[in-house]
Amino acid sequence: MKKIVVLAKQVPDTANISGDAMKEDGTVNRAILPAVFNPEDLNALETALEIRDKIGAEIYVLSMGPAKAVEILKHALYMGADHVILLSDRKFAGADTLATSYVLARAIEKIGDVDLVIAGRQAIDGDTAQVGPQVADKIGFNQITYVSQLKEVDEEFIAVERDGELQTEIIRCAYPVLLTVMSLANIPRYPNSRRMLRYFRADLREAFPGEMRETAAQNDWIIPVWTFADLDLEERRCGLGGSPTKVHKIKSITLTGGALQMYGVGQSDIKQLVRDIMKDYAEVQQ
Amino acid sequence: MKTVVFIEKNPVTGQLRDVSIELTHKAYDLMKPFHGEIAGIFAGDELPVNSEELFHFGMNRLLTYSYPQFKHLHSIAYKHVIEAMIRREDPDFVLFGATHTGRDIAPLIASSLKTGLTADCTQLYIDDYKDKGKILYQVRPAFGGNILATIITPEHRPAMATVREGVMLRPEERLSHPVRIEKFHLDFDESWIKSEFLAVIPKVSKVNFNKANIIVSGGAGVGSSENFQLIRKLAGALHAEVGASRAAVDFGFIEKERQIGQTGAIVRPKLYIACGISGSIQHRAGMEESQKILAINKDPEAPIFGIAHMGIVGDLKEIIPVMLRYLKEE
Repeated sequence: MKKIVVLAKQVPDTANISGDAMKEDGTVNRAILPAVFNPEDLNALETALEIRDKIGAEIYVLSMGPAKAVEILKHALYMGADHVILLSDRKFAGADTLATSYVLARAIEKIGDVDLVIAGRQAIDGDTAQVGPQVADKIGFNQITYVSQLKEVDEEFIAVERDGELQTEIIRCAYPVLLTVMSLANIPRYPNSRRMLRYFRADLREAFPGEMRETAAQNDWIIPVWTFADLDLEERRCGLGGSPTKVHKIKSITLTGGALQMYGVGQSDIKQLVRDIMKDYAEVQQ
Repeated sequence: MKTVVFIEKNPVTGQLRDVSIELTHKAYDLMKPFHGEIAGIFAGDELPVNSEELFHFGMNRLLTYSYPQFKHLHSIAYKHVIEAMIRREDPDFVLFGATHTGRDIAPLIASSLKTGLTADCTQLYIDDYKDKGKILYQVRPAFGGNILATIITPEHRPAMATVREGVMLRPEERLSHPVRIEKFHLDFDESWIKSEFLAVIPKVSKVNFNKANIIVSGGAGVGSSENFQLIRKLAGALHAEVGASRAAVDFGFIEKERQIGQTGAIVRPKLYIACGISGSIQHRAGMEESQKILAINKDPEAPIFGIAHMGIVGDLKEIIPVMLRYLKEE
């Protein structure tokens, strides 16, 4: 195995919305949600690490996003990634899945000699599950989505279990291939404490002004950023302008109250409740 | 105006998948005011045994492609064939079921056609947009179900969307469109087959939310796997199906296939009994269309009471046994 590329995204933590994040009108204040490593992208990285443990490989973690996304790239270094690259440019902003996959695909091509790309099945902010397949199409790889387990891997083939929804499929294929991995595939490892010590200063180039930069470079602390100019890209296919889908309207979901009949917890109240249920659904009770 | 519907077969039963029927009918609803056409596209080893049913739900024509290798989901081969079928039909809109097949193939095709794809739509309608004429408005939950976004694909054709099973209503009415099944011809390139299916094991699912009149669901408030027996007993007494919130699944009280919500099943029974479920947006997205909702919860402030029709504030461990006793009496 030459190189494995893992695709990762920093997302707002939509899964754990606390009371603090709720506004008075019952909607979510997105701005104060913490940003996290998209959960299934951790499973993707863990899959890559397991493959490297078995047969050896160089692991690249790619993330497209703002400067703040270095946080998840540092985490990827702590877990064991060999290289991390941030894809960041104003021209990438507002991208839908098509425009996102276009930039990711060009970055994978720039890395070169990639045999395997692994992504999380979907991100918890959009839940589209589209970026993985759209990258596979653009780089001309085979794909296996909904991977629920890594079965076997060697230099020539990889075999996985796929959750086919109505059936479980055991699939084997040669490289190159792109996998999208579900949370049940594995348990992502903890950051390694020695790697945390080694990389805790890792950051973008601008974070190391003056003579600090040389030290940072020597210690491999500089997280590289690839911008529009670093990749072979057409501007009309990037960002908002390169996105065929547009958000027309956004509505926050609020609670809607209806007519609510409350029952007490006394025996007679519960008896009445049961009667009311049975009355409505008598036909079900044949 | 033309809508193409991607038709899927349940590989275990050989029948049409429910979502294919639901989408055919939705396409019929969308096209009717404009006298538009609905074409189905299907690629597989053999046609679904009940394919002709599609014509009762509004299909005008079914384009099919048979190839033995399509017994399995060979994504790349599927992409080439389905894409060629879509190009030939040149539709305005394409609808896919948001199944593990639809969500595998649709993004590959959207990427190839360089057009927009909107996942997991919960509402679709056609309306004017600036000087673009009639376009498809696609409403979907995003941000963990906390917002509803309306997405449009104004400049590209076709606009593509996926819709989850159970989201669009299965119609009562039957139409009598003539059966028109047409074979699509394309030379199959063996190099499109890139994977080998070593084994395929049908999942034995005991869950059937679609057919259940009543669903009894438990959440984190149930407290333990042991207490979850109460939920099962209540469901048993009511001939109901057992459901669960994501929290109950995450805590291991019950298996994942029973999860209801944005990342689980979408249900709309006649009666939904939510026990120890607070009613997060994620859960409500899967059940708020139920005809009647009964909420049993300790916390009077739980959001579930905001959408319930009947409610009891109290400990389900005390309430359910009493309910079971009276149910026996009835």
